[in-house]
Amino acid sequence: MKKVHFSEWGIESPKYWGLLALLGVVIAISGGAAWYMEHNGHWVTGMTNQIVWGTPHVFAIFLIVAASGALNVASIGTAFDKRLYKPLGRLSGLLAITLLVGGLAVLVLDLGRADRLLVAMTHYNFKSIFAWNIFLYTGFMAIVAIYLWFMMDRRMNKYYKPAGIGAFLWRIILTTGTGSIFGFIVARQGYDAAILAPMFVIMSFAYGLAIYILVLLYAAKLDGREVGDKVLFRLKNLLGVFAASVFYFTLVYHLTNLYGTENHEYERFILLDGGVYTALFWIGWVFVGNLLPIALVYHPSIGKTRGGIIAAATAVVLGGLATIYVVVIGGQAFPMAIFPGKTVLSSGFFDGVNGQPFLYSPSLPEVLLGIGGLALTLLLTFIGIRVLQFLPVTLSDEAMDPHHVKS
Amino acid sequence: MSSVNDRGRRDFLKKSAIAASMTVAPGVVLQTLQARAEPRTTAVTSKVRWGMLIDTNKCADGCNDCVAACDKENGIDLVNKPEGADDALWERQRPHWIRHVKLKDNITGRITNLPMMCQHCEYPPCVDVCPTGASFKRADGIVMVDRHICIGCRYCMMACPYKARSFIHAEVAEKLTHTPRGKGCVESCNFCVHRLDNGQTTTACQDACKHKAIVFGDLNDPGSEVSKALKQYPSVQIRDDLKLNTGVRYTNI
Repeated sequence: MKKVHFSEWGIESPKYWGLLALLGVVIAISGGAAWYMEHNGHWVTGMTNQIVWGTPHVFAIFLIVAASGALNVASIGTAFDKRLYKPLGRLSGLLAITLLVGGLAVLVLDLGRADRLLVAMTHYNFKSIFAWNIFLYTGFMAIVAIYLWFMMDRRMNKYYKPAGIGAFLWRIILTTGTGSIFGFIVARQGYDAAILAPMFVIMSFAYGLAIYILVLLYAAKLDGREVGDKVLFRLKNLLGVFAASVFYFTLVYHLTNLYGTENHEYERFILLDGGVYTALFWIGWVFVGNLLPIALVYHPSIGKTRGGIIAAATAVVLGGLATIYVVVIGGQAFPMAIFPGKTVLSSGFFDGVNGQPFLYSPSLPEVLLGIGGLALTLLLTFIGIRVLQFLPVTLSDEAMDPHHVKS
Repeated sequence: MSSVNDRGRRDFLKKSAIAASMTVAPGVVLQTLQARAEPRTTAVTSKVRWGMLIDTNKCADGCNDCVAACDKENGIDLVNKPEGADDALWERQRPHWIRHVKLKDNITGRITNLPMMCQHCEYPPCVDVCPTGASFKRADGIVMVDRHICIGCRYCMMACPYKARSFIHAEVAEKLTHTPRGKGCVESCNFCVHRLDNGQTTTACQDACKHKAIVFGDLNDPGSEVSKALKQYPSVQIRDDLKLNTGVRYTNI
């Protein structure tokens, strides 16, 4: 492989500023939505005392999970010494940070008392996986920032590999922590499964890589950088493997659940008669998120086109949002088994009367807040690649020789 | 001339002193009285564990007295629906500390009525998951929320196996001094802690129950009514598979 050069994003100023302005408007609208919800209280949202985490959590968790996954590309280059991935590492690190910032912003702005963020940083209950996550998230940003510095600063290059391995281990722990937020909830039928932690890790691989591919292709197209087939096909094949792995974990999760009689009602709800959740599971999670991208990337002809690869990555992102929706909201909508063996005939507080699920419909401000997190991620990414040398000058096939002997 | 002036000045000083002391004195006296009025200097201890036994056979279908009493005692009835809020949605958003539940056994068809509230677990999942420690358990077994450090993340509501907690979804204009309440925080039944801390030994729901379905008291005191009843009748903990050792027990479920 030839020596890789990097350069700032060279699109014309009007286009760059126009893009930032557009994202700025989206972020401003999203900020307005957050202010509206904070000012009035959560009654203006679709969230209730039954569905306590709504659409903002879906976006926030998706972005946070994708953040750790986006770092994978850099990790493969550093921790696993795959030379082809090395030029891709800088953007990977940047996206890891910006995705996390976007996700955390949404999460924090949905708190009942977002103004008490300082309290969350000064009072800790270390038995809470949430408290651990505060350290895992901030630590992740710091470690990836150091990793990027060592990667980009020639003087620090000798420490680059240990930093990369450190960041890789940290990200595995981080996503395990995010999955454990649900895995540790003994109260609800859909959660309380250790498999959720590794499943979140593998989901992060897929979502992070899909976003990485989309951002890389978009940024390269806009300022005329070449992304050769060798790099792109490697990435898309990897995306197929990750999508298939998510599918595998989905199968194991539901099949093990089906084995135990106590979970039959929950499985019936998700797989058969849960209405919107069943539809989102089969169409969103399984078809759009898993089967479609696998079919697209491995299709002998479509899989070799830019359009096919972009469609596959987009499907992984959309399917991913559906997946998190089913996990977060479907898991809450299924009535809790407070009285096993009994049917609730009436209740003063919605205990799933006659086994009916809890109702939830997302409100506009919630969706706007979530989209704002995505816009913030893109805004920060575009500023990053504009001011610093994150993008390789070229990723053409000539520049990237995958058959290069490891030196 | 000068002696007249002196007398005038002396008078002025005397009157000023009297006026000043009359102004300050009530404050000093009140201050002193207040200082004498039982400051809560002793911490709650684990010698007491507050708990409850509910006889579901006595709990009557259609009766809502405990719920109404709780709402009044803890100012939940003061939480008004915000202008423009949808009725059905608000009903799912407004706080509840206690609720009446009617159950039917899936196999035998037997009907049970019971009040459901925070079960005051010895090992409360809500306390485990709270990131800031706002959700806490007192030494006397009462599980409650420190509303000064609750950030409104709602993880405790996700973790509670009894769905006992409520999030305050809207601004609250009127509230009781002993039950402060603010938009954006989580709350739940606290066994009328303000009563217990002021020397009372009953809860509002217990007092309101004309069917005597609720017995409340110190689980650590073998002589208490609740301990005696627990010893005499077979009782269960709801979701006892979770091994949370709840402070609220039920008979005849």
